[in-house]
Amino acid sequence: MAKLKISDLAKIKEQVSRRTSLRNGGAKVKITVHMGTCGIASGARTVLNAAIEELERSGRKDIIITTSGCAGLCSHEPLVTVETQGEEPIKYVYVNDPKMRQIFNRHALEGEVQTQFALARGSEQQ
Amino acid sequence: MRPFRMHMLLCGGTGCHASGSQEFKTALEKELERRDMADEVTVVETGCNGFCALGPVMVVYPEGIFYVELKAEDVQELVEEHVVKGRPVKRLFYKEPKGKESLPHMQDIPFFAHQQLIALRNRGLIDAESIDEYIARDGYQALAKALTQMSPEQIIEEIKTSGLRGRGGAGFPTGLKWEFCAKVSGDTKYVLCNADEGDPGAFMDRSILEADPHVVVEGMTIAAKAIGSNRGYIYCRAEYPLAVERLQLAINQATEYGLLGENILDTGFNFELSIYQGAGAFVCGEETALMRSIEGKRGMPRPRPPFPAHAGLWNKPTVLNNVETWANVPQIILKGGDWYSSIGTETSKGTKVFALTGHVNNIGLVEVPMGTPLRTIIYDIGGGLPKKHRKFKAVQLGGPSGGCIPEEYLDLPCDYEAITKAGAIMGSGGMIVMDDSTCMVDMARYFLDFIQDESCGKCTPCREGTRRMLQIVEKITEGRGEAGDIETLEELAAMIKESSLCGLGQTAPNPVLSTLRYFRDEYEEHIYDKKCRALTCVAMIEFKVDEKKCKKCGLCFKNCPVEAISWEKKKPAVIDLEKCIKCKTCIENCKFDAIY
Repeated sequence: MAKLKISDLAKIKEQVSRRTSLRNGGAKVKITVHMGTCGIASGARTVLNAAIEELERSGRKDIIITTSGCAGLCSHEPLVTVETQGEEPIKYVYVNDPKMRQIFNRHALEGEVQTQFALARGSEQQ
Repeated sequence: MRPFRMHMLLCGGTGCHASGSQEFKTALEKELERRDMADEVTVVETGCNGFCALGPVMVVYPEGIFYVELKAEDVQELVEEHVVKGRPVKRLFYKEPKGKESLPHMQDIPFFAHQQLIALRNRGLIDAESIDEYIARDGYQALAKALTQMSPEQIIEEIKTSGLRGRGGAGFPTGLKWEFCAKVSGDTKYVLCNADEGDPGAFMDRSILEADPHVVVEGMTIAAKAIGSNRGYIYCRAEYPLAVERLQLAINQATEYGLLGENILDTGFNFELSIYQGAGAFVCGEETALMRSIEGKRGMPRPRPPFPAHAGLWNKPTVLNNVETWANVPQIILKGGDWYSSIGTETSKGTKVFALTGHVNNIGLVEVPMGTPLRTIIYDIGGGLPKKHRKFKAVQLGGPSGGCIPEEYLDLPCDYEAITKAGAIMGSGGMIVMDDSTCMVDMARYFLDFIQDESCGKCTPCREGTRRMLQIVEKITEGRGEAGDIETLEELAAMIKESSLCGLGQTAPNPVLSTLRYFRDEYEEHIYDKKCRALTCVAMIEFKVDEKKCKKCGLCFKNCPVEAISWEKKKPAVIDLEKCIKCKTCIENCKFDAIY
């Protein structure tokens, strides 16, 4: 990797935005599993594996699965955020293996928000 | 035969059968018979309509009303209300599953609504292991600005304007600290990060390092430019393996991108950064001990002055800030000191991250503007206390160096000065909520015990003094307290505060002093009445059942691990003291405080 110049920062920003933003890129759904120590301790790794397995099974290429750190609400871990193109992200709490599979198959694939597992919609910062 | 005026189509599928549709049907028919309505209302069993999860289900015509989860007990009400009076029973209606519109917005949830994120701005949004995602959230823009558009003096001026104070606990103005160090001449200077978070119940720094390690790297590099340093260390405790791993990855990525190392961003500035893992001694969070530890020596504090700004690591001028402080720096550089100082109170600017834990519903990490009342943090953000029959007693701030704040000070705005006035300290941000099942004497004992373990032993007041204090408090909790104990504690506390070498010893008596200040009656109760009102101190519990309070529920009997409790329905429980091992399981399970 070449050393960056200041102008490269903007380029990376644009590239990543294109990759992670659902509006411009090829992806339609982004699933974020929150993997801080709190998340991992309460089973986020199982949840992540379940999501990846379901993704493989679905054969979909337009769904991104990614990880992030603690979302702050450690007592409700594992937390998962599902963001569908053009819609507000949905935060799920107390996710486990079967819930993750259901969220993947019903929400990520079919667009049906699983409100029974969800905490809220939108994001923390405007 | 005249037609039926009402058709009740009850599902008879396997699912509804299994959930009791037959019992419901029998009861329904019987009730209609009894009311002599069997010839005007018909009950029809239908095939499965797919709502097995909510069975037994029934559709009633002519209205077409859909009932779910019916039980035989519902029959009476259903017939009386709907069939006789024509008023459908709403509580048995099928409810549309809530759509996402009915989900609250994040901003409507008090836990999130009252927070303002600066240090935690990237939490949950970026992949902590991807430098690109950090850059996409304007990462390293502040560094670029500091390196190309600002002089070292301007950087320091910006930080001074912001009013940022050390988030490790002491609250020393960060800009001033940098300025002192910048003014000292010398070609070798160090920038250090204190990630030796050790207060019981505190996890702010770990969380920042795990979720957003680059923000610390960027903040430190900016300071390096400001004071003229080319070398930095992050002192992180080895008990934080995930933080260490992600931090190392961040350093590697930044180095690869030329954001660390030589000729950063092609500006000719060099800064090298590495992690030093601490072995977990609490005292190594003290700045002089931390530096000795990095030097490879035993982590023990030394007297100040000289202050680290003049003679720090390897006796070179050094700036040391805590993780959260560093996490604020890039945003201040990007948005300006004036923006930052517009948040918070007169003396405390910006936001503070708290690790909210203990007897509170929403355990987690919160970042609020300085000056937010404790009540907002505990009740709105924290969602209040989980056990309904328990009352709030106190909130512990600042870990072993801090103190307890009782109910009457909950409306206090949270800033450095107000909290200190109330007898606690801001500390690094641990916030432990306690309900009335917590014994304040026992809590003080816990923290003294912690300090005893962690005292490095270099100076006598801390090493010996806290041991004597612990012995006295232990004696009190064991029911052997005597008149004069409280006075001795106070005398020792004053002495230890005055004469200890470092912050650990100087603040060690705080948990005792603050509990004495607000809960002196509990100490007196322990000493003179041999009573522990929170039923925590085993020596003072009789393990008897108050027959007046006992509701004869049998929960104590069911939970006793040694079968020491006898109980029959409608009779108060009796504890056999011969068999009782005083484990307090019965007390924890009794909802009526009937065991004393």
